[in-house]
Amino acid sequence: MSSDSKLISIPSKSMIPERDIDKTPILECVNLGINFGGLKAVDNFDLSIGRTEIAGLIGPNGAGKTTVFNLLTKVYQPTTGTILLDGKDTHSMNTMQVNRAGIARTFQNIRLFNALSVEDNVKTAMNNQMKYNMWSGIFRLPRYWKEERIAHERALELLSIFNMEGMANMKAGSLPYGAQRRLEIVRALATNPSLLLLDEPAAGMNPSETAELMENIRKIRDTFQIAILLIEHDMNLVMNICEGICVLNFGRIIAKGTPEDVQKNPAVIEAYLGKKKEA
Amino acid sequence: MKSIRLNKTTRKNYLTYGLVIVAYVILQLMSSSGATTSTLQGMLVPICAYVVMAISLNLTVGILGELSLGHAGFMSVGAFTGVTAAIAAGNAIPSAAIRLIVGMVVGALFAAVIGFLIGIPVLRLRGDYLAIVTLAFGEIIKGIFNNLFVGIDSRGLHISLLSDKTNLAEGGKLIIGGPMGIGSIPKISTFTGGAILIMITLIIVFHLVNSRAGRAIMAVRDNRIAAESIGINITKYKLMAFTVSAALAGAAGSLFAMNYTTIVANKFDFNTSILILVFVVLGGLGNMLGSIIAAAALTILPEALRQFSDYRMLVYAIVLILVMLATNNDTFKAFLAKFKPGKKKKEEVS
Amino acid sequence: MAFLSFLISGISLGSIYAIIALGYTMVYGIAKMLNFAHGDVIMVGAYICFYATSRFQLPPLVGILLAVVVCTILGIVIERLAYKPLRAAPVLAVLITAIGMSYFLQNAALLLWSSNPKVFPPVVPTGKISLFGGQLTISYVTVVAILCCIVIMLALTWFTSKTKMGKAMRACSEDKGASQLMGINVNGTISLTFAIGSGLAAIAGVLLCSAYPTLVPTTGAMPGIKAFTAAVFGGIGSIPGAFVGGILLGIIEIFAKAYISTQLSDPIVFAVLIIVLLVRPAGLLGKQIREKV
Repeated sequence: MSSDSKLISIPSKSMIPERDIDKTPILECVNLGINFGGLKAVDNFDLSIGRTEIAGLIGPNGAGKTTVFNLLTKVYQPTTGTILLDGKDTHSMNTMQVNRAGIARTFQNIRLFNALSVEDNVKTAMNNQMKYNMWSGIFRLPRYWKEERIAHERALELLSIFNMEGMANMKAGSLPYGAQRRLEIVRALATNPSLLLLDEPAAGMNPSETAELMENIRKIRDTFQIAILLIEHDMNLVMNICEGICVLNFGRIIAKGTPEDVQKNPAVIEAYLGKKKEA
Repeated sequence: MKSIRLNKTTRKNYLTYGLVIVAYVILQLMSSSGATTSTLQGMLVPICAYVVMAISLNLTVGILGELSLGHAGFMSVGAFTGVTAAIAAGNAIPSAAIRLIVGMVVGALFAAVIGFLIGIPVLRLRGDYLAIVTLAFGEIIKGIFNNLFVGIDSRGLHISLLSDKTNLAEGGKLIIGGPMGIGSIPKISTFTGGAILIMITLIIVFHLVNSRAGRAIMAVRDNRIAAESIGINITKYKLMAFTVSAALAGAAGSLFAMNYTTIVANKFDFNTSILILVFVVLGGLGNMLGSIIAAAALTILPEALRQFSDYRMLVYAIVLILVMLATNNDTFKAFLAKFKPGKKKKEEVS
Repeated sequence: MAFLSFLISGISLGSIYAIIALGYTMVYGIAKMLNFAHGDVIMVGAYICFYATSRFQLPPLVGILLAVVVCTILGIVIERLAYKPLRAAPVLAVLITAIGMSYFLQNAALLLWSSNPKVFPPVVPTGKISLFGGQLTISYVTVVAILCCIVIMLALTWFTSKTKMGKAMRACSEDKGASQLMGINVNGTISLTFAIGSGLAAIAGVLLCSAYPTLVPTTGAMPGIKAFTAAVFGGIGSIPGAFVGGILLGIIEIFAKAYISTQLSDPIVFAVLIIVLLVRPAGLLGKQIREKV
C-alpha cells in the first residue's frame, strides 16, 4: 500500500527550523499571499511541512485558513509567493494538476458527489489511477473488467478505514453528516496524495466521534506515510494530534511551533481571548 | 464463489433494454398483421429518431448537467451529411440497409466533429450562458444549411455557400439545394433500423455512464470544484459527454431524414431542440427509460389528440404545464403521494 | 449616407429589442428564470392593439394603452398560475413550464385570431423626416421607437434605484429569503416585475408591428429569442446591459443584412454573441460571480 518514496516515518517538527530534521519537506510555502480587491486575505505566509507530519492550521473565524487551502490547491491563484510541493514549484499548475502532483483536500462545506453512491465517490477519485479509455468502457473490453474489479476492491478497502464498507451502495447525499465528512476524507485519500488537507474534519461531531476521528487521522498518517495539514476549531483535537501548529490571524501568521509553544504564546492568547486589560 | 449481484442501476438498465425489445416485437407483429393504422406506421421511424435524440440529450442535460438548447443542430448535421453520404454511395452500394448504416455512421461522425468543435468554446461557459450559446450554435447551423448547396457529378462533390455555384457537369445531381433542402431522398429508413439504433444508443450511454468516464462526468455535474480537487480533467469529460451526445444525435438525424423524401434545415430549428428538451425533462433527468417513454408518448400524443382537431396543440401545452406543476409543486405532490403510500415510504428510507 | 441610414435603422430595431430585453432581464433578475413566454406576450400585445384600432376604430393611443393593460394583467396571471407554484422547483421544470406557456399563448392566438397574417395598421403617423436634402430619410416609427426606448430605459433606472418598490425589487433579486425577513412582500414584488415586463412587451409589440407590419401568432417568437440573446449579450439581470445589448444587436443585424448577406444575418448575429460571451463570459455589463469554496 505504501510506496517506496514515502519511507521517512519519524514525525518531523519541521515548523520549528532549528529542530527540522527533514531536509526535504513535502510542502514549502514562501511569502505566500493573495489580495481580494486590495484586501490582503493572506499575506507573507511561510510554512513547511515534513513528509509524515500532522500539522494544524488554527486561528479565529475569518483569519484566512480556508483561503490558505484554496491557495495550496490553486482554487485561487496566489498574488505573491511560491509553493513548492516535494520541491516542485506549483506556479503553473491548476487545481487538477496540483491534485495529480500530490495534494488532496476536504471541504469545510461538504462537497460530495451527492447523486453518486458512496463507492462511486471513492472510485471517481481513483480516476487518474485507472487507465482504460472510453472505448474499453463502452465495449466492455477486458481492461475495463480488470481495472473496475481492482477499483472496487480498493474502494472497499479505503472505506474500511472508517468502517464504511456497509454504506458502499448508499447515495452519498443521503449519508448522515458525520459519515459525509468521513467519506470526503476517504475520497481525498483515494487520489493517493502525499499531502492531505483537512478543512474542519471534526465540525459537527460529538466528543466520542471526535476522539474516534483523532485515532483515525493518526492511523491514516501511519498507514499511508503521508503528511496531513488540518484546519480545526476543536482545540482538544488540534493539541492532541498535531506535531506542529501554525496560528493565523487577519491573514498573517502570528505564531508557529509545537502545541505547547503555541498555547503559551501571548499573541495567540490575545487573538483568541482579546487583549488583557491592565489591572 | 461469487454470485452475480445486480444492483439497482444495472437492473433498471436491463429493464430498459427489455422493454425496448418487447415494444419492438409487439409493434412489428402488429404491423405485419396489419393491426397498425397507417398514421402509426408512418410515425414509427420518427419515434425511434426522437427517442435516440432524447436519450442523447439526456446525456448532456441529465448526466453532464449542462442545459443545451441547440440539440437539433446536431440532428441537422447528421441528417444533411448522412443523407448526402447515402445518396453519394447510392450507386456503389446496392443494399439499402447498408446505405442506411453508412448514412447513420457518416452523420454520427460529422455531428461528433461539430459537437467537439462547438464544445471547446461552449463548455467553458456556465448555466444559462451555456444554454444561450448552444441555442446560438443551433441557429447558426440552421442558417448555414439553409444556404448550403452541395452537388455531385462525375468529378465528385461540389460545395458552395449562399447561391448555387456548383456548376455540375452533365448528369450531375444537386443534393442539398439551400433553403429547398434535400429533395428526392431515398426512403431507406426502417423501423428495424430505428430500433437497432435505439439499442445501440442505450448500450453506449449505459456503458459510458457506468465506467470511469461516466463517474467523472457525473462528478463534474454534482460538484465541479470537488471534481477538480480530486484531479478530474473537467474539460476532457465535458467534451466527451458533449461529443458522444452530438454523435448519437447525428445518427438519429440521419435516420429521421431518410424517412422522408425531402428534408429542409428549418425542420431542425429551436422548436425541435425545445421539443426534445421537453422529452428529457418530462422523462426525468438521467432517466433513460423515462426519456424513451416521454419521447414516444409525446410524439404520439398530438396524433392521439386528433379528435380535438384545432385544440390539440393547445391541449398539449396545457398538459405540459399541468404535468410540470403536478411533478414539481409540493402541494400537488403531497396530494398525489396519498395515492401511493408504499412508494413514498421507500423513498424516505433510501 | 447609406451607412448612416443603416445605422439609424439598426438603432431603431435595436431599441425594440432593448425594450423586450429589458422585460426579459428584469424577470430573470428576480425570478432567475428564462421566461420563454415573454416573446408571445409581445404578440398578444400587438393583436390587442390591432383589433382595438382596426376593428373597433379606437384611436391608436387608446389601442396601445389597452394592449399595455391586457398584457400587464396577462403577465401577472401567467406568473400566478404557472410560475409561482414552482418557485422552489428545479430550474428546468420552470423552463419547461415557460415553454408550455409559450405554446399555449401561440396556439390560443391561433384559435382566436387564426393563422392568416394581419396587416398591422400604422399607429404612428407614416411620414418621414427628410435630412440633407432628401439624402437621408427617417420614418417616424424609427424615431418613436428610439425615443420610447430611451424614455423607458431612463424611467426603469430611476424606478429601480430611487423608489421603494424598485429597491425592493433589487433586494429580492439579491436574496429572496433575506428580503422577506426585512418585511418586503416578495410575491408582490415578483408580480410587479412580471407586470412591468409584460407591459413593456406590449409596447414593444406595437412598435415591432408598426415597423414590420405583418402579424401572425408566431410573430413574437423570433424577436423574443433575439431579445433574450440581447439580454445575455449585455449581461443578463442588468438593466443598462439589456439596453446596450439590444441596441448593439439591432445594429449588427441591420449591418449584416446590408453589407454581408440577408440570409446569413441571423447566424452572424448569433456568432457575434458567441464571440462576446467567450471574451466576457458574463456578458458586456454583467458581473462575474466567483464561487465560494
